[in-house]
Amino acid sequence: MPEQQHKADAPPYLRIERLKKQFGTFSALKDISLEIFPGEFVCFLGPSGCGKTTLLRAIAGLDIQTSGRIFQADREISNLPASQRDFGIVFQSYALFPNLTVSANVGYGLVSRGLPKVEINTRVEELLKLVGLPDSGPKYPAQLSGGMQQRVALARALALSPGLLLLDEPLSALDARVRAYLRIEIRRLHERLGVTTIMVTHDQEEALTMADRIVVMNNGVIEQVGTPVEVYRKPASAFVADFVGTTNFLPAVVVRPGCVRLGAVDLACDIDIQPGPGNKVTLAIRPEDVVVRHVQPTMPNCLRVRVADIEFLGSFCRVDLAIEGDAGKPALVADFSINVVRDLSITEGMDLLIALPPERIRVFPGAPQQP
Amino acid sequence: MRAGIVLLIFWMLVTLVLPLWWLLSKSFQNQNGEFVGLANYIQYFSTPALFASVWNSLFIALLTTAIVLPLAFIYAFALQRSCMRWKGLFQALALIPILAPSLLPAISLIYLFGNQGFLKEWLFGASIYGPIGIVISQVFYCFPHALMILIAALSMADSRLYEAADALGASKTRMFFTVTLPGAKYGVISAGFVIFTLVITDFGIAKVIGGRFNVLATDIFKQVIGQQNFEMGAVVGFVLLIPAVVAFMADRILQRRQVALLSARAVPLIPKPAARRDWGLFAFCMVIGGLIFGLLAMSVWASLVTRWPYNLALTLNNYAFGQFDSDGWSAYLNSLELAAWTAVIGTVVIFIGAYLLEKTRSFTFGRTVAQFMAMLPMAVPGLVLGLAYIFFFNEKGNPFGFIYATMAILVVNSITHFYTVSHLTATTALKQLDAEFEAVSASLKVSLFRTMSRVTVPVCLPAVLDISIYLFVNAMTTVSAVIFLYSTDSKLASVSIINMDESGFTAAAAAMAVTIVATSAGVKILHLLLTRRLDRRMQAWRQR
Repeated sequence: MPEQQHKADAPPYLRIERLKKQFGTFSALKDISLEIFPGEFVCFLGPSGCGKTTLLRAIAGLDIQTSGRIFQADREISNLPASQRDFGIVFQSYALFPNLTVSANVGYGLVSRGLPKVEINTRVEELLKLVGLPDSGPKYPAQLSGGMQQRVALARALALSPGLLLLDEPLSALDARVRAYLRIEIRRLHERLGVTTIMVTHDQEEALTMADRIVVMNNGVIEQVGTPVEVYRKPASAFVADFVGTTNFLPAVVVRPGCVRLGAVDLACDIDIQPGPGNKVTLAIRPEDVVVRHVQPTMPNCLRVRVADIEFLGSFCRVDLAIEGDAGKPALVADFSINVVRDLSITEGMDLLIALPPERIRVFPGAPQQP
Repeated sequence: MRAGIVLLIFWMLVTLVLPLWWLLSKSFQNQNGEFVGLANYIQYFSTPALFASVWNSLFIALLTTAIVLPLAFIYAFALQRSCMRWKGLFQALALIPILAPSLLPAISLIYLFGNQGFLKEWLFGASIYGPIGIVISQVFYCFPHALMILIAALSMADSRLYEAADALGASKTRMFFTVTLPGAKYGVISAGFVIFTLVITDFGIAKVIGGRFNVLATDIFKQVIGQQNFEMGAVVGFVLLIPAVVAFMADRILQRRQVALLSARAVPLIPKPAARRDWGLFAFCMVIGGLIFGLLAMSVWASLVTRWPYNLALTLNNYAFGQFDSDGWSAYLNSLELAAWTAVIGTVVIFIGAYLLEKTRSFTFGRTVAQFMAMLPMAVPGLVLGLAYIFFFNEKGNPFGFIYATMAILVVNSITHFYTVSHLTATTALKQLDAEFEAVSASLKVSLFRTMSRVTVPVCLPAVLDISIYLFVNAMTTVSAVIFLYSTDSKLASVSIINMDESGFTAAAAAMAVTIVATSAGVKILHLLLTRRLDRRMQAWRQR
């Protein structure tokens, strides 16, 4: 956490002011404002069509925005074409030049600079060593695996030492194991070089493991900006709660500040609830936050439930729970570790007493959305 | 980039749209240039002699289509779906007519069945001059075009469909009618439209072997060259445009309906040997291939004969074109020059045009207009285009009029006439490149031009060569457009053939036709060798 504060003290490297992007009548980006600090690793996270790639391309100058301003290192770049901006970019499809060797690909930008050949070769070798492909220089992209090709693309993007590194879903085309490996590689490169990096992804696991801060987007707006812990623990909206990790959504009605009614039970909540009494709200609680051990009826937010179904997932079980008196429909999903299931001998059809800790409940206005 | 597209649109306007517009307006004028509304059209449709050609044209077009489609389908089936022997040879044989001017089969037929033909009795007294000769010649001429489309259509097969049908107990015949034929449906329809358009717009065959059988193409020629009635020529030209445009639009609409038949998961079909089927198809291909080869051989033989049918001694005398046509060999050299210029300039213009249209992101309006104009030439018959050029570029005050009566107008005309297929070839190749090369170049501060020369063109080189050879061979063999546009300085080989045939020097005409075939074949072989060498070099970095 302290490092975040230090980074936040420095002036922002990239500043986006009220960016809008229209395609005909369709609004891809609606009033986006954002600050990214030097050396940060930021992830744009969201479902398909949320505008994250559009935002990235606007920053790169590949698809200029309809209105709004962008500043990079205090210089306004809003209307500059891509070739006059300072960034390196890596695409999902690698976009390596198939008829050039790996060395020629990596040195592509350097050759145009007019540097002497010796210098170019040295730099290319340096970069290839950096990405872990020291012997691949004379090979052609088609002879390399997907993961290797993506590393070449990274080396090529870093060749000119850009101030900003943009990654457009770089891992989506790779299989799971290579993905996990490259995640670490990219993070390692980032730590080594300290380049401000923006990565677009729809995979929340990638965002949670790699990012310093996550920008969660939906339908052209930013839902939340925060560290992975903040975004996970304190989702700002029902969408974020649902998109990052899994969440239970329960319909409830406000009784008074600090208390909501779920079915026939009153639950205490930590936060001041807006809107006022009588209004419908959505309770969000994560499956792993449901407490079942040592629950006394005197504890706050106790519920009697029946186990409707148990799914065995190896180190834990996903349990469907039906709240007593609630027409028997499973309302809640809880993740219980194997220890808990063993110790309490949890089986299907069993009655349980569970607790929903008040500090773990998030409340959102309005009734739960239908999926 | 935008400026490039604007330039492209401007080029298309000057070379295609405006000339056609001029043609249309000419058909509404009388001989003094005054506007007379539909008077010319009324006159045309009320003159039975003129109007009859419409029916004649439609008749031979439909008849040819009905004959060629089944033949080409079986031939394509033999090449794609059987384990027949000598497939390479049969494929090469079938594509020979493409290397020849359309009137080569007509000349051969004259020698076989004409007044001095030694197979004359086979016609039982009917004359080869007229619909019989036209249809037979057209069948030979259109066969390779239909074949190529059907080969492509039948190559898209998913073996799992056949396995599923087999598991459900379908007989081979049933599989053919429920899996194979529907799968090739759009190819068959497309081929049908292509044949129809080719036949109805062809001039050379009808001129040489048509006799008294009038078709729209020869009508235009008679009105313009014979009667100097440009206005009526314009009317006929416009009438000719209609079936071509209708066929073109119908084909486009159907193309849109064509669902992708090959998903990424499709397993390619590898035909299993079946002796009776394979030998039956072999015999069939022998016959067809033999006939095609025979027709070519006939022309070659005829060109080497001293005086048919009296003195069959072989001689090269017929190749001394100077004796039969005032321009002699210079006509051939002009054709060579035309073909070369068309190939070089055409490839550059078309490829850059396709590149601009593919890679420009914004400027949707400009791109849509340019794309539409790029598809237009396919619907315009060569004769109509040539005629339109006469009107447009001859018009007083046209700043581009200086190209009239020079090689330049022929080159521009050829490029425009053969634009669409080349454009589609370029577009297909460009679509296979990663869409983000330009973005990467921009981020690496490399100019677009550099990326184009270092990456785009080298990777698209096979397509570029294909376009060049297409333009070369077509410019070499075309008759239709150039028949109106050539001047005394730029007479072409194909025109020379017609002149020599008209003057009765059929042997020399055959000789010139054979020379054209030899040239096209030679260049094609060069192209094949070059492509093979290129393929080997590209093996290193092609998809593994």
